[in-house]
Amino acid sequence: MLDALLTLVIVLLKIVALLVPLMVAVAYLTFAERKIIGYIQGRVGPLHVGPRGWLQPIADAVKLIFKEIIIPAGANRFLFLLAPMLAMGPSIAAWAVMPFGDNLYVTDIDAGLLYVLAVTSLSVYGIIIAGWASNSKYAFLGALRSAAQVVSYEIAMGFALVGVLLAAGSMNLREIVLSQEGSLLHWFWLPLLPLFVVYFIAGLAETNRAPFDLAEGESEIVAGFHVEYSGMSFGVFFLAEYANMILISMLTSLMFLGGWLSPFQGIPLLESLFSWVPGIVWLLLKTSFFLLLFLWIRATFPRYRYDQLMRLGWKILIPITIVWLLVVGAAVVGGLGPWFDGA
Amino acid sequence: MNFEQLLFYLFAAALLGSALMVITLRNPVHAALSLVLTFFSGAALWLLLEAEFLAITLVLVYVGAVMVLFLFVVMMLDINLAQLREGFVKLLPVGVVVALLVIGMMVYVVGPGNFGLEKFAEPVGHSADYSNTKELGRVLYTVYVYPFEIAAVILLVAIIAAISLALRKRPQGKRQDPDLQIAVRKKDRLRIVANNPKGQPGSNAGDKK
Amino acid sequence: MKALGRFFKSLFLLELLQGLRLTGRYLLDRKVTIIYPEEKTPQSPRFRGLHAQRRYPGGEERCIACKLCEAICPAMAITIEAEPRQDGSRRTSRYDIDLSKCIFCGFCEESCPVDAIVETRVFEYFGEKRSDLVKSKKDLLEVGAQHEAQIAADRAQDAPYR
Repeated sequence: MLDALLTLVIVLLKIVALLVPLMVAVAYLTFAERKIIGYIQGRVGPLHVGPRGWLQPIADAVKLIFKEIIIPAGANRFLFLLAPMLAMGPSIAAWAVMPFGDNLYVTDIDAGLLYVLAVTSLSVYGIIIAGWASNSKYAFLGALRSAAQVVSYEIAMGFALVGVLLAAGSMNLREIVLSQEGSLLHWFWLPLLPLFVVYFIAGLAETNRAPFDLAEGESEIVAGFHVEYSGMSFGVFFLAEYANMILISMLTSLMFLGGWLSPFQGIPLLESLFSWVPGIVWLLLKTSFFLLLFLWIRATFPRYRYDQLMRLGWKILIPITIVWLLVVGAAVVGGLGPWFDGA
Repeated sequence: MNFEQLLFYLFAAALLGSALMVITLRNPVHAALSLVLTFFSGAALWLLLEAEFLAITLVLVYVGAVMVLFLFVVMMLDINLAQLREGFVKLLPVGVVVALLVIGMMVYVVGPGNFGLEKFAEPVGHSADYSNTKELGRVLYTVYVYPFEIAAVILLVAIIAAISLALRKRPQGKRQDPDLQIAVRKKDRLRIVANNPKGQPGSNAGDKK
Repeated sequence: MKALGRFFKSLFLLELLQGLRLTGRYLLDRKVTIIYPEEKTPQSPRFRGLHAQRRYPGGEERCIACKLCEAICPAMAITIEAEPRQDGSRRTSRYDIDLSKCIFCGFCEESCPVDAIVETRVFEYFGEKRSDLVKSKKDLLEVGAQHEAQIAADRAQDAPYR
């Protein structure tokens, strides 16, 4: 009994140790977004709250927490309040299987990749239910757009992941990273380059980020699915979106850029020079790079039109992934070096 | 009762309760969401059976995709509940008979007579490094390769049939072609005309009198 | 052949990368934001801000109630009532400018034969009620007294062009 309690406490501590940094990261990702997009537009971004604006996300959070949550008269009360939680749940649950280092993880399950794919596919429920329960046409339009978009891009995303597990021979995220061991050229970004690009594009679409933010579309449908939400119920959607962004970025770096492996591996002098850097630093650096890309892309490209979005998903991304799956399959069977000759 | 049994009863109760809600709730969207919960509880039960691949695939395919489209349709429909309820009493006896028949059939087929412990050996728990996915893949592509491939081909045929049934060309319909739209370059659309006002030499033939 | 080239261009996201390069350059470029309360943009001597009524160096108010400004004001923001003062000179008994109507075109200033009504460089004024934005003669004279040095310097600088 005491043993079980101890296990429970340790698991809870692990969850807290994961979630607190995650929430801080989400807060400062919003800050980074405002700063970076500001810089790209020739502005300087938030500057006045705290030293050089660094307390801005804290101020935003406090403001959101203290604002009133307004429930529209025609809304379905229960589902209206359930929706933000349904959006937040999957984006946190997916973090359970993320490895941050060789021995640094909350859980290490065999079908980790499949689990992540399944759990992230649930996040669309938050959006759909929010849109329907709001009883507002804009929210509903946003929800319908989002549903069709997420279901379409999940296929391309799934195929890209099939390529990864074909190359790694495992669905365990830790083993996927370890199978990229060797050097910068051993990482999967090179043999799986098209899948890498497709995965990142599908990731943009899955998280409803620009240029695929049709579910929000502030210039046409005001704010889409969360138009009726205020205060912390809106804040939870916000948290979920940014937690998903970090998740996709970290997954991309785990699967295609060697996760916590040092980029100097296999280079004689630099490898020993940088061997003191802990692996998680490399992982976080790679993740930050993809997050920067998320923001950079948002600042650069205009929103897709709906038919173009569907065309890109079904007629371009899916065929590319299918063709490249055949190539990867042939390479694995043929034992093409330096990636697939080990197994 | 150990922890796993507790989990089993918890999820089994959730499964039955939500399945009941699917057919009793008045609001079709609520019913569809209950169906989501049903699938979820089913997936949890499969996890307890060490069938993690099936469980996660159930969530991925049914909860993540099929039910989303279901909700999509249900939300857009304007369902008249009163009309649906019409004739409930008249059709009740038939419904009860059909329900009893189905229950009887299921008990007969799936009951202990065919699937009891005396027919099959008690399943043993596997060690932590046992991969259900790998085993499933191996069996699927060796022993059951023909049924598997035939099922795949049938599904493909169904997809193509559905598309060809739904797709019709509208002769007067206007549609955009993104390929052509993207391919447009500046010189296709923009013509720069030399503007030569006040009849300077070589501007317009009509200026000369 | 051309179609093939276009196909490769879009397949390898070349145009998207061009776009990213452009915004990337701006990311590192110099920022043009003026951090307002701490930094301010330079103002022209012709800047048209809050209105003021001026006095002659001797202390006599300049306005002779000719009502040219009231006549020319396109927004009809100026209201003037005039009557003879005790010494017999024509003066305004009321001179109101409704700043919530004013469009800051500067016509009042241009039309004034005695440089009485002017627009100053002040733009950071406010009112807590709408009625606070209707400036009376007293308010305007006060603004004039406060900024007379700046007003006079600006007029002197602009004199060659008038």
